[in-house]
Amino acid sequence: MPYDVQKVREDFPILKETIYGKPLVYLDNANTTQKPQAVIDAICSYYTHYNSNIHRATHLLSEKATRAFEGGRDKVREFLNAVHREEIIFVRNATEGVNLVAQTFGRQNIGEGDEILVSAMEHHANIVPWQLLCEEKGAKLRVIPITDTGELEMEALDVLITPRTKLVGIVHMSNALGTVNPIEEIIRKAHAQGVPVLVDAAQSAYHMKLDVRALDCDFLVFSGHKLYGPTGIGVLYGKRPLLEAMPPWQGGGDMIESVTFEKTTFNVLPNKFEAGTPHIEGVIGLGAAIDYLNGLGMENIAAYEHELMKYGTQALGEVPNLRMIGTARQKASVYSFILDGVHPNDLGTLLNTFGIAIRTGQHCAHPVMQRYEIEATARASMGLYNTREEIDALVKGLIRVQEMVS
Amino acid sequence: MVQSPEAQAEEIRDAFAMFDDWADRYQFLMDLGKKLAPMDEADKTEENRVKGCQSNVWLVAHAVPGTDRIEFQADSDSAIVKGLVSILWRVYSGQPAREILSFDIEKLLSDLELDQHLTLNRRNGLVGMVERIKTLAHEMSDSSDQSDKLNKALTGNTPT
Repeated sequence: MPYDVQKVREDFPILKETIYGKPLVYLDNANTTQKPQAVIDAICSYYTHYNSNIHRATHLLSEKATRAFEGGRDKVREFLNAVHREEIIFVRNATEGVNLVAQTFGRQNIGEGDEILVSAMEHHANIVPWQLLCEEKGAKLRVIPITDTGELEMEALDVLITPRTKLVGIVHMSNALGTVNPIEEIIRKAHAQGVPVLVDAAQSAYHMKLDVRALDCDFLVFSGHKLYGPTGIGVLYGKRPLLEAMPPWQGGGDMIESVTFEKTTFNVLPNKFEAGTPHIEGVIGLGAAIDYLNGLGMENIAAYEHELMKYGTQALGEVPNLRMIGTARQKASVYSFILDGVHPNDLGTLLNTFGIAIRTGQHCAHPVMQRYEIEATARASMGLYNTREEIDALVKGLIRVQEMVS
Repeated sequence: MVQSPEAQAEEIRDAFAMFDDWADRYQFLMDLGKKLAPMDEADKTEENRVKGCQSNVWLVAHAVPGTDRIEFQADSDSAIVKGLVSILWRVYSGQPAREILSFDIEKLLSDLELDQHLTLNRRNGLVGMVERIKTLAHEMSDSSDQSDKLNKALTGNTPT
């Protein structure tokens, strides 16, 4: 069945909004995506019909809420093709997932003189938690450099993985450049040296099919709000033996087995890492988002977005004075660019008056800006509901802005 | 003779009111910025950079020798911010310190609806610029109070 984008758009009520009286052209999907009615309804239904705390009470509402919450875990397991449902840990977002691994696996396994390897195109979320750990432990953060086009210098990898490397943290798809990294190869090379790999899938999870079993990654994180689900819910996937060996992170309810003032014993996976009442409606909403994506088919979404990306690359290539930052061969759904003579912030403000929403700035990736010696970029990023007409509107907007500023 | 800040503000308000569309208002704002006298490149130093702006803004304010008036030069790499700078320049530059301190800039920005349409970051930058100018105005009005007192003490008059 062909992908009917107009029909898809009907599922997202916010797309009918107008901005300054003009139809909304939402091109800030790498920041957060809009929510289909099914997700909104799932959250609303939870609060309307079965709001209750989970895992503890004996009444029907709690039973329903528990089933919905744990059903969400099953959906995520299937979505990632993980082996066990216990390998799915709910966190607030991808950032918290990385912090959890740094503070548990990291503190347990990384010591003085050890090395953590990341890349030059990481989001701050996959830099700062490791820097904090390095400072605490006297370990060293090493960086895979990137080329002028925004690709990893893969030949450097063999040199950078050393006997001291204890973890590789790598972004699957760059939020600032759009580059899709060859993580299969990175994982293979790291594993050949016995080094575990954490994949930051915040940007890739909503654009392509993920399969943690095929990838063989050790950890993987993503955020619900970019996957057309609610904010405040994210996922940490970890291989069961690793998660089992890791100490708990936050203490509190649900993560314990028994508590006395002398000694506390901890619950089994996944509860060991889920202290306190969780984001119940977040998990339910995330489950609804996964159902929605499965309904469309991740392969269909990826194919549609790939065609749209090609169309946009061509169309933006014809805009005068536009310099694309990040022209990797493998790229998805992100255009990061500079328009000569126009400050990115002005570009964002002026496009907004035409109803076009983009992001401008450094995209939580200061090292990427430093690499290309630029202060900021404008970023248009697409989702499964964007159209060629919206790309045309962007192109028209960019030309008009240049006329206004000159 | 320089018009009072209020008279300058009235002109800007009237001009702004002619446009319903925000794209046109920004166009007007940027055109104002283009008319701003160029700032000496040598003055675009880290010291003169206004903190709190996402874009770069430089501002040099100084007292006109022998007067209680303040003049300033400013520039930005953002055309919209330069337009905002130009509004500040029109209402503040060349004015006596006391006029600068008593003028209600918040009201002007709210009349122009810029308080609602500017992002928080841009507003912070604007506040940073206003604070710089007002700090200098404060210093000058304090020192002119001091010299008033001194003059009056020397001539034997007690300040009332």
